[in-house]
Amino acid sequence: MELYQLTAYQLHEMLRRKEVTSREVTGSVLKRIAQVEDRVHAYITRTPDLAMEQAALADRRLQKGNAGPLTGIPLAIKDLICTRGVRTTCGSHILENFIPTYDATVIEKLKDAGAVLVGKANMDEFAMGSSTENSFFGPTRNPWDLERIPGGSSGGSAAAVAADECIASLGSDTGGSIRQPASCCGVVGIKPTYGRVSRYGLVAFASSLDQIGPFSKDVRDAALLLQAICGHDNRDSTAADVPCPDFTKALIDNIRGMVLGIPRECFREGLDPEVESAIREAIRTLEKLGAKTVEVSLPHSEYALAVYYLIAPAEASSNLARYDGVKYGFRAKGNFDLMEMYQETRSPGFGAEVKRRIMLGTYALSAGYYEAYYRKAAQVRTLVRQDFEKTFNQCDVLLMPTSPTPAFKLGEKVDDPLQMYLSDIFTIPCNLAGLPGLSLPCGFNKQGLPIGLQILADHFQEEKLLRAAYAYEQNSEYHLRKPAL
Amino acid sequence: MEYEPVIGLEVHAQLLTQSKIFCNCPTRFGEEPNTLTCPVCTGSPGSLPVLNKKVVEYTLRAALATHCRIAPYSLFARKNYFYPDLPKGYQISQYELPLTEHGYIDIQIDSQKKRIGLIRIHMEEDAGKLLHDLSSERGSHSYVDFNRTGVPLVEIVSAPDIRSPEEASAYLRKLRAILMFLDICDGNMEEGSFRCDANISLRPKGAQTFGVKTELKNMNSFRNVQRALDFEIRRQTALLDQGEKIIQETRLWDAAKGVTSSMRGKEEAHDYRYFPDPDLVPLVIDSQWIEEIRASLPELPESKKERFMREYGIPEYDAEVLTTSKPLANYYEICLHHYPKPKIVSNWIMSELLRELKKDEREIEECPVPALHLSELLKLIEEGTISGKIAKSVFEEMYRSGKQAEEIVRAHGWVQVSDAAELEIIVEQVLNTNAKEVEAYRKGKVKLFGFFVGQVMKATQGKANPQMVNEILKKKL
Repeated sequence: MELYQLTAYQLHEMLRRKEVTSREVTGSVLKRIAQVEDRVHAYITRTPDLAMEQAALADRRLQKGNAGPLTGIPLAIKDLICTRGVRTTCGSHILENFIPTYDATVIEKLKDAGAVLVGKANMDEFAMGSSTENSFFGPTRNPWDLERIPGGSSGGSAAAVAADECIASLGSDTGGSIRQPASCCGVVGIKPTYGRVSRYGLVAFASSLDQIGPFSKDVRDAALLLQAICGHDNRDSTAADVPCPDFTKALIDNIRGMVLGIPRECFREGLDPEVESAIREAIRTLEKLGAKTVEVSLPHSEYALAVYYLIAPAEASSNLARYDGVKYGFRAKGNFDLMEMYQETRSPGFGAEVKRRIMLGTYALSAGYYEAYYRKAAQVRTLVRQDFEKTFNQCDVLLMPTSPTPAFKLGEKVDDPLQMYLSDIFTIPCNLAGLPGLSLPCGFNKQGLPIGLQILADHFQEEKLLRAAYAYEQNSEYHLRKPAL
Repeated sequence: MEYEPVIGLEVHAQLLTQSKIFCNCPTRFGEEPNTLTCPVCTGSPGSLPVLNKKVVEYTLRAALATHCRIAPYSLFARKNYFYPDLPKGYQISQYELPLTEHGYIDIQIDSQKKRIGLIRIHMEEDAGKLLHDLSSERGSHSYVDFNRTGVPLVEIVSAPDIRSPEEASAYLRKLRAILMFLDICDGNMEEGSFRCDANISLRPKGAQTFGVKTELKNMNSFRNVQRALDFEIRRQTALLDQGEKIIQETRLWDAAKGVTSSMRGKEEAHDYRYFPDPDLVPLVIDSQWIEEIRASLPELPESKKERFMREYGIPEYDAEVLTTSKPLANYYEICLHHYPKPKIVSNWIMSELLRELKKDEREIEECPVPALHLSELLKLIEEGTISGKIAKSVFEEMYRSGKQAEEIVRAHGWVQVSDAAELEIIVEQVLNTNAKEVEAYRKGKVKLFGFFVGQVMKATQGKANPQMVNEILKKKL
């Protein structure tokens, strides 16, 4: 067993007992990156020197005995979370050489915790996509099958964990961008409650939906990472001022009496039969462990995709206006007047999908269309949220597939945006309602591709997600499988 | 045909908070470009706005002083447009559900009170400044200074209740005075901390519907607002008289040429694509806070004016002038504290003092004669040390030199001659040397009395106590 294959929790125990140093752990991960990165391409920017410096610092803390659970643990960070002095591209040409002058709140927290940054993970440009094929820096490949996509938009963060190119990582989830790649890559991913984690320093895609969350090899590590990054932040007005519980207390192998809601809308045509049977099998496992199941309904979730593709692009069209070539990032060279400078910068600066969404969003907000599109979408969003409120009167958590299919092939959907958008049909309602969601491995199809089980809970009920997920994980072995790379 | 102008004004006033509206950067004016900036006010990717509570407090002060209704729940919105001085590509402003609406301001026009409605007062952030360098060898360049980006503004939108350039000017002066009395804006129009745009249309006198309006921009003084409106009224009148249509457009005032010219038409008008800013939570105002602010409001121009009339018994006109600014009202009251004769003080301030200030285009804050010194001067008159006439010369010198009255009077030997014996000798001399006139006076040409006074004054270089001169002359003649 190599060090890079272990979990943060296992490594912490070894570091604490001084059986190993962070420099050795970090060295092991860097060696693994060198071995497999040219096949996986999980990273946009690797930071080996910074990593070894931080590992040395962590070792001193470990020596002094004031180390926390993440001290000395090598992590990957999705490349739209600002890291001071380390370029942060958002997977875009327009920010190809952008070096932030400040750390995101989550990065400050991870640095305080003594974590080690090994690199900035690949992603769909500005987090728009479900396959990581929209990265300006080229796609990431699924470690389970290099011909397939790792999911997206946080595909690099998910693949890095699956390929053992880091111990755990951070991603962001606007419509499924943590859970769907976690499902595709057979790892654990959590999208926390909106407001649970500060967005300060997270480059915005759709501000009312974005949330940072962890990827990890198991549920315990996800809880540890979530613990490290959550909490109120006076630099983010939308960060909720609610206490963060000790999430590890939820890691008990007992879900007796827990009520699991099964939305009937999730088992319909379009759902891959192997995914369906894996989900049903997982539900049976949990029932055997003492959980009760109840069928529930989310009648407005069929509108969620449409609502999402009005609200998210509308916000994005405004959020991405700042990339104008004036202050930072790419600017077209030449003798232009102002309007030409904007056009010559933004046209090549953004990729096709980003431009498609900017146009969609601009349209939805335009005078004469606002009422019919943006405002109507905001109203239906309220209905989607109310559906969930009702179901959580009947059950503790909801269970459903994370993604309707396992990972598809590279290039399979790039020319068909609508098919691509449908990859997120099960993950989007959760973002619209601001709920916490988790995906964890619950099986493999005949081709050996991972399948993810999605668990949703009510606002700020991450402990329930973790409890259900941990109990399942303790009674399954899917999370222990490793891709053959 | 006779037309009636319909005018509405939009004022942008910079608030005097220490820090910007959505970050901690200072709001100071005149620093090196881009030294008062941070990731938030330069729109760095990933940065987020956090509302400065002081901005809300100042806006509530303005709202309470102008009788606005305060919304218990209001929203910030993004106003989207591209311009290099706007680092995020949108301005955070308020659109639907602004903080305050439905207020009014009373103005005085031809000694009549007129009420001008306020549609709304909302908060927003200022943009940066562009500096253009056309001289560079590599061709012209533009630079952006983000120091002003994020400085808090209130936008105050009047109802279309204004009917003349004079009313517009009176409204602006009153609004500016209120904001300055509240200590929330420095009112400096040249530096742009109090800016005004105007919407103006004409309609046949007596008509109820509105005509097509134009929006006027780039007027950076009260005088220019009035001039631009005057010009626009003439321009629109001429067009309408020729049977032509007014085009809805934005026009720029050119103060040098004294004309407005088209900047952009309706078709080129921006679609700002307003929507609620998802980075800011709805603003909820609790009524207790409103009451605290209401209780802490200072005395405003209107009530100060009424108090001056009531307490000091001065005419309405005097009270109106003395309350146009808080420093002027303070000046008046400090003078009164040392020399409690309200009408005399008011006369001196309104004539001598304001005349000198106007000549130099100075504000009362820059007055070289402190209130205490003016009252000392008035005391010298009261005590008979100097005559009222000499006092005017003394005041002019006080204003020029900054010296005190007594010092000037002493240096010039301007102390009034009030010694009866000395004056009698001088009067005798005057009567002796003007025997012909004495003759004429005694025959009934009483108008000559003034002549004798003048001669005595001349002989004493104006220092003779005029009352005593009168008495002695009467006696001797």
